[in-house]
Amino acid sequence: MAEYKPIRKVVSGNYAAAYAVKHARVQVVAAYPITPQTSIIEKIAEFIANGEADIQYVPVESEHSAMAATIGASATGARAFTATASQGLALMHEMLHWASGARLPIVMVEVNRALAPPWSVWDDQTDSLAQRDTGWMQFYAENNQEVYDGVLMAFKIAEQVNVPIMVIESAFILSHTYDVVEMIPQELVDEFLPPRKPLYTLTDFDNPKAIGALATPDDYYEFRYKLAKAHEEAKKIIKDVGKEFGERFGRDYSDMIEKYRTDDADFIFLGMGSLMGTVKEAVDRLRDEGYKVGAAKVRWFRPFPKEELYELAKKVDGIAVVDRNFSFGQEGILFTEAKGALYNTSARPLMKNYIVGLGGRDFTLNDVRKIAEDMKGLIERGELDEEVEWYHLKR
Amino acid sequence: MKLNTLFGEKKERATKIVLRSVDEYPEAPISLGTTLSNFTGSWRTFIPIVNEDKCVKCYICWKFCPEPAIYIKEDGYVAIDYDYCKGCGICANECPTNAITMEKEEK
Amino acid sequence: MIEIRFHGRGGQGAVTAANILASAAFKQGKYVQAFPFFGVERRGAPVTAFTRIDDKPIRIKTQIYEPDIVVVLDPSLLDTVDVTAGLKDDGTVIVNTEKSKEEVLEKLKKKPKKLALVDATTIALEILGLPITNTAILGAVAKATGIVELRYIQEAIKETFSGALGEKNARAAEEAFNRTVVYEL
Repeated sequence: MAEYKPIRKVVSGNYAAAYAVKHARVQVVAAYPITPQTSIIEKIAEFIANGEADIQYVPVESEHSAMAATIGASATGARAFTATASQGLALMHEMLHWASGARLPIVMVEVNRALAPPWSVWDDQTDSLAQRDTGWMQFYAENNQEVYDGVLMAFKIAEQVNVPIMVIESAFILSHTYDVVEMIPQELVDEFLPPRKPLYTLTDFDNPKAIGALATPDDYYEFRYKLAKAHEEAKKIIKDVGKEFGERFGRDYSDMIEKYRTDDADFIFLGMGSLMGTVKEAVDRLRDEGYKVGAAKVRWFRPFPKEELYELAKKVDGIAVVDRNFSFGQEGILFTEAKGALYNTSARPLMKNYIVGLGGRDFTLNDVRKIAEDMKGLIERGELDEEVEWYHLKR
Repeated sequence: MKLNTLFGEKKERATKIVLRSVDEYPEAPISLGTTLSNFTGSWRTFIPIVNEDKCVKCYICWKFCPEPAIYIKEDGYVAIDYDYCKGCGICANECPTNAITMEKEEK
Repeated sequence: MIEIRFHGRGGQGAVTAANILASAAFKQGKYVQAFPFFGVERRGAPVTAFTRIDDKPIRIKTQIYEPDIVVVLDPSLLDTVDVTAGLKDDGTVIVNTEKSKEEVLEKLKKKPKKLALVDATTIALEILGLPITNTAILGAVAKATGIVELRYIQEAIKETFSGALGEKNARAAEEAFNRTVVYEL
């Protein structure tokens, strides 16, 4: 193994994604531009134009076609990538099922952006979470480094379990924010991520086959089980790949939930994505003032790390779930998932849902402090005032 | 009548795959084998019969057969693989010299 | 951590200035973060951009509400935007203007600890032939704050703009550095 000397660059989250695509030696990119994803595919196109990357770029007329073309490429055995956001992801919805059902290890960067109307281009997780049941795995990045690392790990994980993965970043807060990213020299990426070994290819002409042909009620059920089992098995692969990444490059991703100062915490914040960076910073400041508080960042929403959540939940008195998303008629989506995951366990912390930052409203250090004060009071009284609070609402 | 075999040995080897437990299923929903193992010859009510006296080797039937169950023999005449022919009659309908006739088949 | 807020108008390059300052600080061995106000930018409309500089990785992902340094690229903004909003008590304000210290202070809602003035528009017109002040003003930032050395700013400028354009912009920054007047208040 060659010695690891990182290449440090100041890049946006979108450029971090594009560099990872180049370093992963992706063979086919089919994509359609949409704010705030556009600079990912612009950068990839620039790499191709400069002769820095050997990628077949397929310009398409919609996101539905982008995913369809990516599926076609992946089914020939190629390493394939696409990227989108919000309305574009919604338009892809049908094809997302085809990608996972056909067991193709596509990686897509999805930039979280609020769905219209009213029209918005800012951060909101509801777009990706609305694709929860498509059979894709979902990785939420906290910062630009995790966008870069996430794409590289996603290919390695996806190609072992043959399930597609969305690597998800925040509109503007990551996509257009410049930050220091440690990149990995090409030869070391190559050692970490060898060429794909496909489960099957449509270009194997000696053994012709079709994908997605009719399955009668006698067969469909078994294929669904296979996909469910692949997600379950992915949990181990995620841990293994995350550990290997840490050993090679110094950033360990073996935990599906990142724990920050949770060991002796009375209560914790549970959330996903870029807002957890602010939460971690706030936790340090709250700790200095005597709050016994920690942060738990859900890196992988699918498969859902319920075992890890249980281990956390059994040790704390309360969990403040911060959701930058909402399921109408119910509550924050992570909140539903977290409660459901704990139902058949002995862990019964007090749990409250804070709906924050929809459509990009800034979620600040002061907001974290106010939520901490609220949670502390609730735990002391031992009961909830309300289960779901629209924290940012102007009143 | 000895059945003509268009697909030769491949057909001999083609067996219908029956999956009994989940472990026997492939990981991805790819087609399980080919339609070679799917013998549709029993679906016929009428069977096409080729009259080589009238056949002019134009191969229009060969082009039109949707299965495709018609093939060209070494002597240039066409023949029908009755393991797959569903008896649709398109060949007889298209034949310009009426060299193919559809006859009632009782199996 | 040092937090810097840029005020400009769409098209003046406030976002680029924030990015170049971050790159320069990075070259000097710092951790950095640079981002635009997450708005829908239009040419001529008031815009803001932000840079954070620290000795350790920056985790916070919010806008800047209490800046240490405010940089104003367009003097007309002093009449319409409260550029000192949230400015720290020991904060610095850097303004591109040909007006006097007294005239500028009159327009600021909060008196900064340090005020730096430079006529970056004239410098930009002299050297670039265009009233784009984002690179020149960075020379004033180097002079007034000392957080980043001028040579790193010039390096970062030359990486952002290639060839002769980069050279000219680097010269504009140097000229602004020389002409900036700093007042301790």
